Amino acid sequence: MTFTHLLSAGDLDRTDAIRILDTAEELLGVASRPIKKLPTLRGRTVVNLFFEDSTRTRISFEAAAKRLSADVINFSAKGSSVSKGESLKDTALTLQAMGADAVVIRHQHSGAPHRLANAKWTNGAVINAGDGTHEHPTQALLDAFTMRRHLGELEGKNITIVGDVLHSRVARSNALLLDTLGANVTLVAPPTLLPVGIEKWPVETSYDLDSSLEKADAVMMLRVQQERMNAAFFPSAREYSRRYGLDTPRLNRLPEHAIVMHPGPMNRGMEITADVADHVRSVIVEQVTNGVAVRMAVLYLLLGGAAGEPTSEEGTE
Amino acid sequence: MSSYVIRGASILGETVSDIAIEDGVITTIGAGLDGDEVIDATGLVALPGLVDLHTHVREPGREDAETVLSGSKAAARGGFTCVHAMANTDPVADTAGVVEQVWRLGREGGYCDVQPVGAVTIGLGGERLAELGAMADSAAGVRVFSDDGKCVSDAVIMRRALEYVKAFDGVIAQHAQEPRLTEGAQMNEGPLSGELGLTGWPAVAEEAIIARDVLLAEHVGSRLHVCHLSTRGSVEIIRWAKGRGIDVTAEVTPHHLLLSDDLVRSYDPIYKVNPPLRSNDDVAAVREGLADGTIDIVATDHAPHPMEDKECEWSAAAFGMLGLETALSVVQQTMVDTGLLTWVQVADKMSAKPASIGRVSNQGRPLEVGEPANIVLIDPAATRVIDARDTASLSRNNPYAGLTLPGEVVTTFLRGRPTVRDRALVEGGTV
Repeated sequence: MTFTHLLSAGDLDRTDAIRILDTAEELLGVASRPIKKLPTLRGRTVVNLFFEDSTRTRISFEAAAKRLSADVINFSAKGSSVSKGESLKDTALTLQAMGADAVVIRHQHSGAPHRLANAKWTNGAVINAGDGTHEHPTQALLDAFTMRRHLGELEGKNITIVGDVLHSRVARSNALLLDTLGANVTLVAPPTLLPVGIEKWPVETSYDLDSSLEKADAVMMLRVQQERMNAAFFPSAREYSRRYGLDTPRLNRLPEHAIVMHPGPMNRGMEITADVADHVRSVIVEQVTNGVAVRMAVLYLLLGGAAGEPTSEEGTE
Repeated sequence: MSSYVIRGASILGETVSDIAIEDGVITTIGAGLDGDEVIDATGLVALPGLVDLHTHVREPGREDAETVLSGSKAAARGGFTCVHAMANTDPVADTAGVVEQVWRLGREGGYCDVQPVGAVTIGLGGERLAELGAMADSAAGVRVFSDDGKCVSDAVIMRRALEYVKAFDGVIAQHAQEPRLTEGAQMNEGPLSGELGLTGWPAVAEEAIIARDVLLAEHVGSRLHVCHLSTRGSVEIIRWAKGRGIDVTAEVTPHHLLLSDDLVRSYDPIYKVNPPLRSNDDVAAVREGLADGTIDIVATDHAPHPMEDKECEWSAAAFGMLGLETALSVVQQTMVDTGLLTWVQVADKMSAKPASIGRVSNQGRPLEVGEPANIVLIDPAATRVIDARDTASLSRNNPYAGLTLPGEVVTTFLRGRPTVRDRALVEGGTV
């Protein structure tokens, strides 16, 4: 691989990205075996360092590491006195002393994984599991993986991402990765929820969801945080829902083959109606399944697998 | 007190001459002078001792980051003979007692004159005026008032403050930052803040306050000083205001003359400062503004912070960077070596003008016979690699560490006594 950490989806060139997706494809098979385990990372230590609650992401990484036989240490810093930087440094030094081979970090502050990787506090590979309002590269990888399984290669595909782009690490990582993979990305949001300078991103933008539906091969709905509603980003939840929510009439205007995605957790009735969330064209649950395979691929390629692709023999142990 | 002769200095980068000093005063300027002690200044430029209108010395309250003494030493090493100590200490310098304490600590240290800045409002709270008159009448003789670190955002409080200080020829130095537009702000708002996922600090939050304040100053006929302006729009507003005859002055920091927001890409909080590092276009604009006189002075906004407040995640880190010991080098690199300013103009913008804004009568004086011997000798041909550990400050948050900068302070005289000699601090002060 051309990278030693995974901090941003922008770290990945096209070859890297496709290699991760192809590796994940092979690893997905492990989940359907009676014994869901490969010996690849036996004796390696993966630390899940979570400064912010995210049970879904943590258990996804945990399952991924365990299926590769790594030792997993879960370090939840939430609620302890760990909130200032010295603690990030001290925590990193502690993990270094314990011999962490990889640190999966989730942090409420943008850039914390960069600090961990670049301040020389740890020698381990740093994997960004979501930092503030910056990035969430493994989410983008699992989204691309899911899209690829349904739509084929993503070159030239039209992907519409809808919602709070300003505060969304998922949108940032997806915009970068999908561009690398050759897809056409349209970000749809009210003007208040698009960041200043977005014209420099490799995306189209629109304020109008309806005009973005007919050509979309996939529509990804972003979660709208409750706290945005009191900060004048939009007048009311109902108005947001009317203008930017995905409901059945809008679903019916998508092409036949188009899929509906959401990184979770969903606000049913806000950005997506329950009918759409549970619709046959919704791949939201599948995204979760694919998350484990993609994270296995990332761990495998960063930590152990540089020597070769996983083989079926490895799985027979 | 002994007498000195500075031999062969280029005065303000122009005429080469000797300068004789006796009893703290410049007694003769000419060729072939003699004194008790001769200081060879061949190849050096003599400037009047620099005056900083914007220094944080952190005492009282955060003596782990800086004290009046350590800040004074750093100032002397940077060629300063006078600094204005900002009011955002703990307790806040909002009473005669606190400003007198800071002033006395400066005098006891003896490395430079420490001129306290008084808070505009009690506790920097922005709600009730501090006893500005008491601070003005105190031994410290405060003339500059600022809530720096916070903006006097309430228009009525700002108006009253501007009016009130006219009684003692004071000035309000505004930290221009509209608070609501900068809630949680972390860096310059632009394409990079969107990309990095850091909350933006938009230029308009600075410019809107400056625009309001120059209009208020015009309306009530008061004197306004704008701290650390950082954007092209701010320069344009000040230019417009001066064109209208409004009595406004403005400062720019060395870091806004040299550094730009692309450094934030590293997420290293050494580059975290308020107002934030701006775009390259803003850097060009503040240089132009300083060159054409729209911006009156360079002021350091020297802001020491302990290591643990910088060795952390960006959003958890403190705002601010050191500046006293590198200011002159940064100005040389950005303004003198680029041909934008002469040393004569540097002397005006880093000594005479800041002293005049602060109404400090015995500082910022010309290098002339009969004037106080506040003199800095600099070697403009020197280059040095900046080392964060090589400092008199108690802090290390130096954003220039590792850079090669031109110019070096060789000697600093405070009223005829050297505080820095042969590029090193004179220990024991000058008292």
